[in-house]
Amino acid sequence: MAVWYSLLLVLGMSLFVYLGAGLLGLQAIFGIVVPYAAILVFLIGFSMRILGWARSPVPFRIPTTAGQQKSLGWIKPSKVDSPYTTWGVVGRMAMEVLLFRSLFRNTKAELTEGKLAYGSSKWLWLFGILFHYTFLTIVIRHLRFFTEPVPFFVQALDRVDGMLQIGSPVIYQTDVILVAALLFLLIRRLVNPQMRYLSLPADYFPLFLILGIALTGIMMRYFAVFKVDLLSVKVLAMGLATFNPTIPEGIGVMFYIHLFLFSALLAYFPFSKLMHLGGVFLSPTRNLPNDSRMARHVNPWNAPVKVHTYEHYEDDFREKMIEADLPVEKQA
Amino acid sequence: MYNAGKIIPGLLIFLGLVTFPFWSNLGRAYDVPELVMPEAEEECVLAGDWMRANHMILLDDWRDLAVRDNKRLFTNDAGKRFDMSLTKTCLSSQCHANKDTFCDRCHDALAITPNCWDCHVVPTIGEE
Repeated sequence: MAVWYSLLLVLGMSLFVYLGAGLLGLQAIFGIVVPYAAILVFLIGFSMRILGWARSPVPFRIPTTAGQQKSLGWIKPSKVDSPYTTWGVVGRMAMEVLLFRSLFRNTKAELTEGKLAYGSSKWLWLFGILFHYTFLTIVIRHLRFFTEPVPFFVQALDRVDGMLQIGSPVIYQTDVILVAALLFLLIRRLVNPQMRYLSLPADYFPLFLILGIALTGIMMRYFAVFKVDLLSVKVLAMGLATFNPTIPEGIGVMFYIHLFLFSALLAYFPFSKLMHLGGVFLSPTRNLPNDSRMARHVNPWNAPVKVHTYEHYEDDFREKMIEADLPVEKQA
Repeated sequence: MYNAGKIIPGLLIFLGLVTFPFWSNLGRAYDVPELVMPEAEEECVLAGDWMRANHMILLDDWRDLAVRDNKRLFTNDAGKRFDMSLTKTCLSSQCHANKDTFCDRCHDALAITPNCWDCHVVPTIGEE
């Protein structure tokens, strides 16, 4: 149900744009109003989510550890997997963010000959990291529509991405890898009954949405029927970027579907699981040093408690204790 | 708010990165590249609108037909015949003689580096 619901939602949005921008000619709404609104929702929503998390107190150290804690001098501590310094945390976070290190430890539980066995399972890590880096490359590559002159790094990336020089326009490797990775992530949820059971529309919808964005982009680039005049697209994009929006004539409806689906992704982003983009940096289980035995962490909003320590107790009753032959720490 | 000293700068850096297209273009207007159209010829081999978006497919087909199948004659919808040649037909002195003011204007604007000129000579020598 969740699959069909998500798929229909993405197809429905595409049909909606086809009707609106294609048949009714409402290009100004789909080419100007929707993108600006989506960017605003994204920027404000993203900031609100981050600030909301920043308001959540994390008084104690709760890192997940994957190595030896710093303890006695002759026991070798694990500096990154159980970090106890700021640099250890920075190293751990960098490897988490850039290499998805905790996902690399992904295991799979299986019954073999009646026994439960755990084995390494790297496929999710592989396709996950392929998806994220190709998507990043594609987003950066799109800067060629929003900059004049096109910066060197965008041109270089474009050339490296198309270095196989297959066909004309050349095939981008990232396009192929992105779709393959998305299909893996989607099929993984569909074929495994356990995965399928716990997958929700919130899992399928972003996959279908990004797949829709990728496929509309690919159709516009490689298939003659859907091709659009790129210079007009750049005029529209630069109009948006310079706050001087225009709608050039004759951009095919496929472009407006592409743009609308991406706008939908932007607007949906702050309310979805995709917020792990910002959330990964704010995970207390990753970004805190494991130093509970080195420093005392006091809950800052603890209510003040009136305490009566043993020293005070002894001060109060010392003579009586000595009379009763009870041992005291300090003689009178 | 906790750890504002780290979270706020991080958020600002992120917002700065994602709004790059907007602040990098501040105070600038986009000059649409003007293409210099041929004076002698009115019609392209196929409709101009179609060519704007699809010329690379046509040229790719031409190359394959000429190089692999030795077919060098192209007949368009109107029945007019052309030599399937980038240098002799498209870039001829009658049509897009100047690559800089036609091909490159759009290609440069969109950071496209077609590999046509890895093999083809840009025919400017005859003019000068």
